[in-house]
Amino acid sequence: MAAKRPKHTSKYTLDRGIPGAFDGETITRRRFMDVTANAAGAIAVSAFALPALGFAIGPIFKQPGHAWEDIGPTEAFTETNYIPVVVTITPGVGEVGKSTAYVRKRNPAIDTDPYDANTPYIAISTRCAHVGCPVRWIDAAERFVCPCHGGVYDLLGRRVSGPPVRPLDRFPTRVRAGRVQLYTGRFSVNSQLRRFSPRDPGEPLDGIGQYLYPSRPSARIP
Amino acid sequence: MAKRPAPPLPSALRAPPPRPGEANGRPTAADRTKEAGIAVVDWLDERTSLSGAGRWLMFRKVPKGTNWYYTLGSATLFAFLSQAVTGVFLAMFYRPDASGGAYESIRHITNDVFLGQFVRGMHLWGASVMVVLVFLHMGRTFLFGAYKYPRELNWVIGVTLLILTMVMALTGYLLPFDDRAYWATIVANNITATGPLIGPYLGDFLRAGPEFTATTLSRFYAIHMLLVPGAIAALIGAHLYLVTKLGTTAPPWSKVDRRPELSETEV
Repeated sequence: MAAKRPKHTSKYTLDRGIPGAFDGETITRRRFMDVTANAAGAIAVSAFALPALGFAIGPIFKQPGHAWEDIGPTEAFTETNYIPVVVTITPGVGEVGKSTAYVRKRNPAIDTDPYDANTPYIAISTRCAHVGCPVRWIDAAERFVCPCHGGVYDLLGRRVSGPPVRPLDRFPTRVRAGRVQLYTGRFSVNSQLRRFSPRDPGEPLDGIGQYLYPSRPSARIP
Repeated sequence: MAKRPAPPLPSALRAPPPRPGEANGRPTAADRTKEAGIAVVDWLDERTSLSGAGRWLMFRKVPKGTNWYYTLGSATLFAFLSQAVTGVFLAMFYRPDASGGAYESIRHITNDVFLGQFVRGMHLWGASVMVVLVFLHMGRTFLFGAYKYPRELNWVIGVTLLILTMVMALTGYLLPFDDRAYWATIVANNITATGPLIGPYLGDFLRAGPEFTATTLSRFYAIHMLLVPGAIAALIGAHLYLVTKLGTTAPPWSKVDRRPELSETEV
């Protein structure tokens, strides 16, 4: 069918013998009308579709406002055991925005990693590294235990058994005027307790994991 | 032999004589009502030609051996309609407020609103019924070989509908906003985020950020009651169009009937 169509010998419509052609015209008015109408439609659709799309995916690129939260005086925390504190990770949504962190004073004998050197207090997030259920510190066993699928972590938050793929996340801490402060943005660690920007649960950070699960613009290491 | 006249009927069995007004060719009230109905349908049909479409949709040839398993698709459709209707009325009372209002509005529906517990129960259990029916319908289609040429596209649409039904189940699960709803959504969201490379961004998209916020609940609510139901309704339309156009399959055990009158295309 396409082969039967006469070849255009000239780019000018006048030369091609199109009725009503103007001198110097290179596109038929019918074709020009088609293109203009379709372009106008495309512009009109993008005018509402693109902002709506940006509206929906915008939160991927926005970092929520985390803050330093006072969690008590320095003498409230010991080197030997964890004290649970409730912190507000997302303000404005009541109980939903709260989470528990287990805090103890940094013990140079066991927290030997150089990454911990500037951290006066170790604050472990209770969000399980499997799929995010809340873990609990069992004092007698000296283990964090997850109620959902049986993930178990040791004193440093490293995985001992069960399905979790990396240690428990941590919170940055600092001391100001005799009070311990906790930054409500987590950071993640790999099995050597090396720090990474926050990852969601279930995303391993050892080996190829850190490349398969890249850091996100919405969650950066503080 | 000449036919003899029938014996006269007793008067009780004889047709009554025409009443005044009836036999004069004037229509009765019943006739006028009937005429009015026909006139309305005619008026519509003259302007829309819908009667042809109606005949095309309703008066189809159905293969011999069609049985109760062929009703599973309609059953799924009615489950969807039930979900749509009860969902609309639940939306009149529901508040997607993450700081306690959502749970409170569900409690209000269940305990205070007239028939609220029933309508919510219909929606809650109807969701499970719909998922079960979708799978039974899918199993029937698979076991009867009804996904084969020329019905592959309808299978693809059906699988899309299955996925959308699952999205409905997932997003609806969060809305009661009790502990189970909250933690199930946290887990589901984190499972989404474990997809390599794009998973973390998908998780952020679903949750509207790196943490669960009030936006997460309204986002799930909007997906649950606006985005996905619209897509499901549109795809059900396409699904039914293809069913009507291609016809249903005969059961796999039925033998080919080669009588020529069965191959006529006009009913």
